[in-house]
Amino acid sequence: MMLVWLLVIPMLGGLLAWPAGRFHSTAPRIISLIALLSDLAIAIPLLHSSADIAMPGTWMAGFNAAWIPAFGMSFRLGMDGVSWLLSVLTILIGLFAVIVSWHEIDNGAGFFHANLLWSLAGAIGVFIALDMFLFFYFWELMLVPMYFIIAIWGHENRRRAAIKFFLFTQGSGLLILISILALAFLHQQQTNVLTFNYFELIQTHTSHTFGILITLGLFIAFIVKLASFPVHVWLPETHTEAPTAGSVILASILLKTGAYGLLRFVVPLMPAAAHSLAPIALWLGVASILYGAFLAYGQSDLKRLIAYTSVSHMGFVLIGVFAFNIIAWQGVVILLVAHGISTGALFIIVGSLQHCLHTRDLSRMGGLWGDMPRLSSFGAFFILASMGLPGLGNFVGEFLILRGAWAVAPVITIFAAIGLIPAALYSLVAIQRAFHGPVDETRDEHDFGMRETSMMLVLASAIICLGVNPQPILTIASPALNNMQPQPTTAMLKEMGAG
Amino acid sequence: MITYLWLIPALPLFSSVILGLFGPVMGPRVSGAVGTISVGLAAVLAVSIGLHWISHPPTNSIYEQTLWAWITLPGFSINLGLYLDPVSLLMVLVITVIGCLIHLFSTEYMHGEDGYSRYFAYLNLFVAAMLLLVLADDLAVLFVGWEGVGVCSYLLVGFWFSEPTNGYAARKSFVVTRIADIAMLAGLLLLSTKLGTLNIQAMLTGAVATWSAGSLMPTVATSLLLIGGLGKSAQVPLQTWLPDAMAGPTPVSALIHAATMVTAGVYLVVRTHALFLLAPHVLDAIAVGAVITLLVAAFAGLVQSDIKRVLAYSTMSQIGYMFLALGVGAWPAAMFHFLTHAVFKALLFLTAGAIAMRLNHEQNIFAMGGLRSKLPLAFWAFLIGSASLAALPIISAGFFSKEMILGAVAAAPMPGLILWACGILGAVLTATYIFRVVFTVFLGPLKTEVSGSYGVRIAVPLVTLSVGALVVGWLETPEGLGNQTIFSRFLTPAVGVFHHLPVSFMIPLLGFAAPLLGIGIAYVLHRNGTWARATTTMPSKLTIFIRSGCGFDMLYDELFVVPYMTLVRVLRHDPVDSMFAGLQYLAIVAHRRLRAMQIGQIRRYASWMMAGSVATIAILLFS
Repeated sequence: MMLVWLLVIPMLGGLLAWPAGRFHSTAPRIISLIALLSDLAIAIPLLHSSADIAMPGTWMAGFNAAWIPAFGMSFRLGMDGVSWLLSVLTILIGLFAVIVSWHEIDNGAGFFHANLLWSLAGAIGVFIALDMFLFFYFWELMLVPMYFIIAIWGHENRRRAAIKFFLFTQGSGLLILISILALAFLHQQQTNVLTFNYFELIQTHTSHTFGILITLGLFIAFIVKLASFPVHVWLPETHTEAPTAGSVILASILLKTGAYGLLRFVVPLMPAAAHSLAPIALWLGVASILYGAFLAYGQSDLKRLIAYTSVSHMGFVLIGVFAFNIIAWQGVVILLVAHGISTGALFIIVGSLQHCLHTRDLSRMGGLWGDMPRLSSFGAFFILASMGLPGLGNFVGEFLILRGAWAVAPVITIFAAIGLIPAALYSLVAIQRAFHGPVDETRDEHDFGMRETSMMLVLASAIICLGVNPQPILTIASPALNNMQPQPTTAMLKEMGAG
Repeated sequence: MITYLWLIPALPLFSSVILGLFGPVMGPRVSGAVGTISVGLAAVLAVSIGLHWISHPPTNSIYEQTLWAWITLPGFSINLGLYLDPVSLLMVLVITVIGCLIHLFSTEYMHGEDGYSRYFAYLNLFVAAMLLLVLADDLAVLFVGWEGVGVCSYLLVGFWFSEPTNGYAARKSFVVTRIADIAMLAGLLLLSTKLGTLNIQAMLTGAVATWSAGSLMPTVATSLLLIGGLGKSAQVPLQTWLPDAMAGPTPVSALIHAATMVTAGVYLVVRTHALFLLAPHVLDAIAVGAVITLLVAAFAGLVQSDIKRVLAYSTMSQIGYMFLALGVGAWPAAMFHFLTHAVFKALLFLTAGAIAMRLNHEQNIFAMGGLRSKLPLAFWAFLIGSASLAALPIISAGFFSKEMILGAVAAAPMPGLILWACGILGAVLTATYIFRVVFTVFLGPLKTEVSGSYGVRIAVPLVTLSVGALVVGWLETPEGLGNQTIFSRFLTPAVGVFHHLPVSFMIPLLGFAAPLLGIGIAYVLHRNGTWARATTTMPSKLTIFIRSGCGFDMLYDELFVVPYMTLVRVLRHDPVDSMFAGLQYLAIVAHRRLRAMQIGQIRRYASWMMAGSVATIAILLFS
């Protein structure tokens, strides 16, 4: 039941925040904070809760109710370690998104926060839905409010960016829908039961070609969301044009749903088909790493530069997922969390820079360290973190991914590792062009105040903890990842009494 | 006492965090004190552990301290642990003691600079990372320190960030070493996949047990590790970053680019020497590469006019000697040269900084002259340092360590004598280029105005290091000069017994003669004005070539930088995106065309319908 509350609270919060904006512009902000904090209060104890009666074994909590019984759709939720980590990340990043919008969003604060909360609720839903149709429902719920956030509160070219975002995500949504329906009908043919239950569908036997087609549909949909080369093209524009909170959520959470989808659905549903896709996926990962890194170097818009680095980092995630072993998957989980933190922080920093410089253009920056030492040192810190500096979280993720991938595909791993060199290049050039170098124009001093500094300190401590002691995360994710491996799946099903 | 080992890296790390967070409000005096005292405490701790170690060494001369489990996964785990043995103890002593002196020097040298506390935060962080590097018991943890020192080097080389060239030098140093580090990372991945662990001792035991000498796996693994080491230690072909790294403040060059970080490659090889012994071809390659490096760098040092660049090339060249020792398996000789080099090179850099301080930050040696009487402290310090670098017999520390290396090389079975001859040639060149500096800077007429004076925080490090540069050599002396073997006996538990192999009497004799010959050449050329004239006349093409470090920079520009930048320029606007934009264009064109068809003429519609029907019937008929 707790899981339902996890979804209902932000949705209700959104419904409340919308009209509340008419009375006072601070009201929706407070409502959002309260909603997210209570969500956090629900989510955190779940970690220590002994397994739910409805969902024994590795599942922390579960929920099942009839939704549209005629079509075999149920409101089935379940939370394991990976879902828990990503949900908590979602809530925390959501809190940061509310705080950074405090001064940035003035117009229509009510509707803005409603969209924010709905999008977050959709993301949480994606992470815990175990009915495939419900999953699709949350997938759409997460994207449509984001479209409004970009289209209404974005920067100069927001219209175009929002349409691009909408087309790509709707396209991927359509592919998911088709694949889910195909799978469900196939399952119905075999068992005469129409159901969208994850645990039922996972047992479907598919012919080789059909399995590949279904898997391909899901795969393409998820790598569009993951922003892998060559379907990354929506990402740079969207991230650049979105308001700070939007970019933070897009980069820190929405990208992760793609990786989650790959791990939760593509790999376990049809392992054989996923394995036959692996070579393509791995090379796409390498291409993303290198392509994203090369393009990041060439950008003159700081926000766009960071957006392209996400393409590069998600390439590592793609490789990790398709390395099919626990070490690489643990790396994926760590990298998802670490990237969420570091890139979120970077977007907050760029947002703050744009707020006081009224530009994101690197050629108009330079020498900021003199005027804004705090902002610049945090900026440099998070750039180095996202570069994969050992001792910080991102490194652990990348290292584990490379270690896991080396065992199955050393050549691909070498290419991926080579991608760390251009990563250093774009990182250092970003530091140089933004924070170092001579001061070209006089500016008002607007260094970070208490609010920003404390946010940054929290994020920086998180990324350090993750780098120095990642074990807690590994421990949380471990049972869930064990479940996703093809062999233990049958054991899991027995444990669950087939749902 | 030894149980507090973890405090040695923790102290500077802690003070670095404190300085990073509160530095700006603490003011320069407190920041400098915090930075120096933390390293000082670490040095005191290290020295007391060292003294205790000598009287009561632990079992097997190994002390291990596990801090916490970093990553524990089925089939792959890394513990964060410290491993103290004679080799790492020696490194720790050098890092903390010399580090402390350099911190002390910096408090005065950096006086009045912007970002004073930031400087000490970086410098402390560097010391912490370097200590982690040498104390790590796991290659993955070592790699954390390894990259950590790289980043600190980057931050400190680019410390004066408003000058774009400093930023360029900093980036270059980081990127070149990063390229090497990726090879090292690949080595770690390979070792961990094949041997199941990265714990250094367990990995070495596993390697010796599973791999035979000369087989493919150890060769590949050691080559990859070696590339990492070559990058960090500025050896050919990855040496190009070091001369540019001189853009940083001079004490930074003394600490990072002379005494400690650049010798990390030597440490890595010594630490994993059991693995390298399985790859004899790699060891041969190390020796040959070392000789190339030491000669290229020595020649380049001969034609520099910036005092720091001379020292940078000399560092490269001296580390070449250490790698030469590694190549012939003379591990204690490499470590001994590391020790003496750390002392005298830190001394030389600090003195160069001390000179520049008084000359309004002049670094061109030909703008200096006659400073002997004006700056007696700097003169004596620089002279002692130069004597040691030139390996002046008996009186200097450098002599004993270089003698140990050359003796071992000459006795080596491989074409040992050729390598030795190159080493001797290098020794002549070394003496020549460094005394070229000594004579130009300190003799002749005074050319510049000298201002200010030295405080005690400058004098103490210079005097301490000068004494060190005179005496540390006596820790290990060849036969005929006391046959002292304290140093190699100290290291024996870690790297095995070292034998001073018998060589022909000519070998030590020429070792005596080479530095003297070099100094003689330098003096003659100074007297007849050749050195000074070289600056006024147009340099020959050869000189330009050698001065630029034998063209490596130009080569790499053509091979890597230009193609990379071209690629970036081509890709900048995301060709894949343009492809999708093409789809959009297609849709618009199609839309226009189709709209144009809808013009309301019944005639047109009817003819289209006709055409369609005919086409359909045709397809049905003929298919």
